[in-house]
Amino acid sequence: MQRCILHADCNCFYASVEMLHRPETRQVPMAVGGSEERRHGIILAKNDLAKQYGVTTAEPLWEARRKCPELVIVPPNFPLYHEFSRRVKQIFSYYTDQIESFGIDEAWLDVTGSTGLFGSGTQIAQEIRTRVKRELGITVSVGVSWNKVFAKLGSDLKKPDAVTEILPDNYRTAVWPLPVGALLFVGHATEKKLAELGIHTIGQLAQVPCDFLRAKLGKSGELLWAYANGLDCSPVSYHDEHAPVKSISNSTTTFRDITSPEDARLVFTVLAESVAARLREQGLYCRTISVSTRSTALKQAEHQCTLSRPTDATRTIFQTSVSLFDQGYDWKLPLRSLGIQLSGLTPVSDPVQLDLFTDPQSAHRQSQLDRTVDRVRRRFGNDSVMRASVLRDPALTGIHTDRELQPAGIH
Amino acid sequence: MSKKVYVTVNAVFQPDGTIQPLCVIWEDGTRFRIDRIFDVRPAASLRAGGAGIRYTCGIRGTVSYLFLEGNRWFVEAKKPV
Repeated sequence: MQRCILHADCNCFYASVEMLHRPETRQVPMAVGGSEERRHGIILAKNDLAKQYGVTTAEPLWEARRKCPELVIVPPNFPLYHEFSRRVKQIFSYYTDQIESFGIDEAWLDVTGSTGLFGSGTQIAQEIRTRVKRELGITVSVGVSWNKVFAKLGSDLKKPDAVTEILPDNYRTAVWPLPVGALLFVGHATEKKLAELGIHTIGQLAQVPCDFLRAKLGKSGELLWAYANGLDCSPVSYHDEHAPVKSISNSTTTFRDITSPEDARLVFTVLAESVAARLREQGLYCRTISVSTRSTALKQAEHQCTLSRPTDATRTIFQTSVSLFDQGYDWKLPLRSLGIQLSGLTPVSDPVQLDLFTDPQSAHRQSQLDRTVDRVRRRFGNDSVMRASVLRDPALTGIHTDRELQPAGIH
Repeated sequence: MSKKVYVTVNAVFQPDGTIQPLCVIWEDGTRFRIDRIFDVRPAASLRAGGAGIRYTCGIRGTVSYLFLEGNRWFVEAKKPV
């Protein structure tokens, strides 16, 4: 039986929610932007009027203001966006329990089993579009198809407030002429590689032999070929189902530049505390630790190492990060941003091989201490217990952290 | 354009969980008794800016919207205040 998959995408989500609550910004070019004082000064979302001036997401605020001097920039209100995201999903849940979020403002819905109750996929899509607009005052674009990839593509085709159907009898005319970059998971690098092979449209991608793509791009070539031909059969996960966590990371852009190894140690102290606590919260150990740096010239670099034994200890994560950093960074320029990422995650319940040269008792004591601190912080707040060193320079450690939990991909 | 005005509301919490607003108290203390509730549904207020549960109420012979947004009530004031 053919599946009926919807992909719903809230149009300019942050900007739409702000425009709903600030009616005066609806008739002027407006954007939601990070705080310039905290050096998160980029455009997070913009309305259509701002788009007409060429304002793009992720560009620095000063650049956006140069393009559009009358641009109204409002600060982000993340709790409100999360609340609206929850309410949008509440409307989705009226039609199916198979709702897979893709970021805060997008989701796939498998409504195959609901068509008997609510009508065809397109009827359900229209109903969702109307309800979200009426009940929440924001708009969604919905793509309707028999697989997730084409549904997502459909929601990108017509915006805002629209429903697009991509069915077996029209996908060749609707999808194949599109540039290959419109396909899910085709980023700039893949697009360039495909262009070198003479593949510019999705149709061309679909019509080359699968073996050829596999030979040129490996497994992902095969996957893209299947996507282009509408053969994606990945399921839409259930509402409460959480994709397994693949990595835990935390990065920060500090108020002032990081100019010495001592500064870097301070920032790593805070980052290590945070990622390690989240690792323990998830009941996981990590085996691979990587450190990312971004210099004042915005040059990015990453260094990683694999531990001989998985760990969830703050101290080990901190020490490894610092030593990776000390070996890897040349201090030609001060730093603007630092990050730690933990991967190679395994459940704490997995057996761990002991060795003769480390003292398991001491590791156990350390682990107990970390867990006790976690409990104290959960009960009395994050600031109830802290390392004295972090008080030395609040400009570095009183930092706003960008939390990231990376779910597994859809394939 | 209307103005969003948060107001004090006297309401009854029914045993079945529904909330029945009885009276809206304006900023200056004037009380507006809600004579009838015609409709209750989730809705956005594009005029005042916000979204929540919208109560369509009959007050002093006119139909007005009263919104419950989270745990605050607001109305769409006719004139800018």
